Amino acid sequence: MVDITVSITVNGTSQEKDVEPRTLLVHFLRDQLQLTGTNIGCDTSSCGACTVHLNGEAVKSCTVLAVQADGGTVTTIEGLSKDGVMHPMQQAFMENHGLQCGYCTPGMVMASIGLLNENPNPTEEEVRLGLEGNLCRCTGYHNIVKSVLAAAKK
Amino acid sequence: MTMTDNRQNTVIGTRQLRREDPALLTGEAKFTNDLNLPGALHLSILRSPHAHAKIVSINTAAAKSSPGVVAVYTGAELQSQWAGPMPCAWPVTADMKNPPHFPLAANKVCYVGDGVVAVLATSESASRDALDLIEVQYTVLKAVVDVEEALSDANIIHEDLGTNKSYTWNLKIEATEGCVEEAFQNAAFKVSERYVQQRLLPMAMEPRAVAAVPQPFGGDITLYSSTQIPHILKVMAALTLGIPEQQVRVIAPSVGGGFGSKLDVYAEELLCMALARKHGLPVRWVEERSENSMATIHGRGQVQYVELAADKGGKLTAVRVRIKADMGAYLQLVTPGVPILGAFLYAGVYDIPHAYDFSCDGIFTTLTPTDAYRGAGRPEATYAIESAMDALAREMNIDPLELRKRNFIQKEQFPYLAFSGLTYDSGDHLQAAEKAAGLADYVGIRAQQAKQNVPGAKKRLGIGMSSYFEMCGLAPSRVLASLNYGAGGWEAATVRVLPTCKVQVVTGTSPHGQGHETSWAMIASEKLGIPQEDIDVLHSDTAISPLGLDTYGSRSLPVGGVAIAGACDKVIDKARLIAAHQLECSADDLEFAGGVFSVKGSPDRAVPMAAIAFAAFTAHNLPDGLEPNLEAQYTYDPPNFSWPFGTHMCVLEVDTETGQIEILKYVAVDDCGVQINPLIVEGQVHGGVIQGLAQALFEEAVYDTDGNLKTTTLAEYLVPAASDVPSITTAHTVTPSPTNQLGVKGIGEAGTIGAASTVINAVVDALSGVGVTYMPMPASPQNVWRAIQSAAKAM
Ligand code: FES
Ligand code: FES
Repeated sequence: MVDITVSITVNGTSQEKDVEPRTLLVHFLRDQLQLTGTNIGCDTSSCGACTVHLNGEAVKSCTVLAVQADGGTVTTIEGLSKDGVMHPMQQAFMENHGLQCGYCTPGMVMASIGLLNENPNPTEEEVRLGLEGNLCRCTGYHNIVKSVLAAAKK
Repeated sequence: MTMTDNRQNTVIGTRQLRREDPALLTGEAKFTNDLNLPGALHLSILRSPHAHAKIVSINTAAAKSSPGVVAVYTGAELQSQWAGPMPCAWPVTADMKNPPHFPLAANKVCYVGDGVVAVLATSESASRDALDLIEVQYTVLKAVVDVEEALSDANIIHEDLGTNKSYTWNLKIEATEGCVEEAFQNAAFKVSERYVQQRLLPMAMEPRAVAAVPQPFGGDITLYSSTQIPHILKVMAALTLGIPEQQVRVIAPSVGGGFGSKLDVYAEELLCMALARKHGLPVRWVEERSENSMATIHGRGQVQYVELAADKGGKLTAVRVRIKADMGAYLQLVTPGVPILGAFLYAGVYDIPHAYDFSCDGIFTTLTPTDAYRGAGRPEATYAIESAMDALAREMNIDPLELRKRNFIQKEQFPYLAFSGLTYDSGDHLQAAEKAAGLADYVGIRAQQAKQNVPGAKKRLGIGMSSYFEMCGLAPSRVLASLNYGAGGWEAATVRVLPTCKVQVVTGTSPHGQGHETSWAMIASEKLGIPQEDIDVLHSDTAISPLGLDTYGSRSLPVGGVAIAGACDKVIDKARLIAAHQLECSADDLEFAGGVFSVKGSPDRAVPMAAIAFAAFTAHNLPDGLEPNLEAQYTYDPPNFSWPFGTHMCVLEVDTETGQIEILKYVAVDDCGVQINPLIVEGQVHGGVIQGLAQALFEEAVYDTDGNLKTTTLAEYLVPAASDVPSITTAHTVTPSPTNQLGVKGIGEAGTIGAASTVINAVVDALSGVGVTYMPMPASPQNVWRAIQSAAKAM
């Protein structure tokens, strides 16, 4: 199959690359741009480890083809901090011990920011429901929920 | 003497944020599959679709000519690569049967997922695509799925062994011969229960990943692996591949959770190493989730028969246990030992006489091998005794908390010499239970239950508890020897004070989410009086930290952390000699506090650690005969296990029409002795509790009768999401361990050990009024509904 050229703005930088049509956005980010902060935890779009922002919305990057993101804007975990200062959500995860092994964390942080964008003042239950698509095996979610609620108050 | 006895801790016990977090939160941390290895070949593995079959023929011709494919190997073709079979380090009995197990099957496959053919290609997609082009002909044999049926030997899996039984391991302790049987004959009350510990998939969020990088002209090889055990892996890989150990370096980069599933020596690690050496190129492999569910070890998998005898007051008089433990198709690193780790805990936290009869059969099936999974043997044991205690309370018609109180080992009895010959270091079970009861409003819930659980009630209220003991901090080497374990249980540490008084702490533990960098820096800071930010913690690379026994069994703090404290002591001892030399006094006249040595009684005659560090480096003016540099290595072999304990309680409602369960409150009171960092302790409890609760309510590796795993993805295997689980009320009691200088015990597994029985006891408690006395795990709506229906029929 012939490669297709895509142009995607990733973390503020415009990237023009040739991709196989079947290339998933997550592989484009990880393999072609070496942005390995976005993780892969499953092959059934169940875990959310690969969550990034596409055109401002949280999406699972294993469910999107790179060609579908053509012309779009992507933010990954690497693009969140500004001038060496972590995003308030990243800080809230740190302050509330919302991560242990850190593997789910990039996806969890991206999903949590997406959640607050839609609902800036969620209840605990709304946070739990909102993060339904992101699995964590380490924290039992207690401190993740706490982190998101704390970030909402920032 | 514990550190808390002699002076006030200023660092230990404070809630420090984790130094690990920024790298993990920004994508800077590198997991194994993130490593950039130009020119690396990708390994993919064709796996058996059958649980039990003979390999008749394999045709790899088409795969070999597939684009990007570099080589294709069958098991038979690689057989010459192995100096020996894959290791099992725990031959629990002298006559244990252990079938040879190689990275790829050569003649027959013994579980769905067993590796058959290895493909090397220039990209991951090319190697995976080629798998479809391989033709394997099998003669399918009968699957052996049920562990108890396997014992009949109607279908023998490993013909050369002549049986499906790997071993029988006994622990019978009687004050006088026959006293167990007598106790049961004379018992005022007894219960006889059967419990099933369903198979679980560990499901660390990071699937396993491996990369082997050879140095073709030097002979050295570096293995990167998502492993909990770089040190053990190094020795085992060297032996299995026949490579001199000094030429093997193992690095565990960031590791995305393990829970025991990365405590193993896996086929893919050995294959990557062998093929990297053969081809003179880096070889990497990454597991897909569906592969992970079949090719990574499973947890639990036991059928338990538990009998308790009690006198008329409810005091336990004897315990009898029979276990049928599912080994799966092969013995992995510690497979046979997992149920043995629980063997000592079937009397739980109770004061029982020398009347204990435990026996376990380890049995082969044609399923994925089992091995250690969070708690390893101890959650199973705790589940059995704590569920049986509830059954006994029902039998006696008394409150289960009251029954426990009548049987607890009392705080004055510690250190307590148990029936097994093991000594429980410290404990106060009554205090933990009462604290949990207060937080859960035990009395109030009982009163509300009386009102709510009336005949015909749709929603029934239940409260359940579990008082647990964890035998952790693996382990005193001599005790391991008596259990036939193939290694020791010590841990090594090096503390190195650099010329500028910055510190490197080198540990043999290998963290994968537990925050060791933060906690170990806290310990060293407390001991040395040097700020935490001046301390770096190095780990998980056998070239940087050559000695160690890694992270599992809640051992890192009570063994590895104590080793660091010991190494600090040696550094301080040496520094004291230099200080005395500089101050021209006797070393005995010096006291050390806050990083400064001063002469007792004249605090202005003092020298700070920074001056000593620099003096040790220049070596211009050291006491005669003293080696330059300020560094100490210390290996700590614990004199005892550490015994964390606690009581968990769960309040829930069961909808009798739908079988749905709603958790209203979960209380965990845990005692892990002195806490280094309470923030991390709580996090470990939260995660552990949810993993135990997940066994109780959601998770099960489901097989059909042909041995096909039906739950291979995260869509089918129900790892709970945030919306499925409650917040947790954590509380602690602090009973320092008297066996180590920090007073610490482990906490990594405690939550899981306490949780499953707590939740199931609450479900049964809610439904006992409608005749339910047993609830299989997971207590899914379907299983709950069925239990209610069959109880209704029986009434
Ligand atoms: S990798 Fe699991 S949802 Fe994308
Ligand atoms: S922190 Fe390990 S999976 Fe979430």
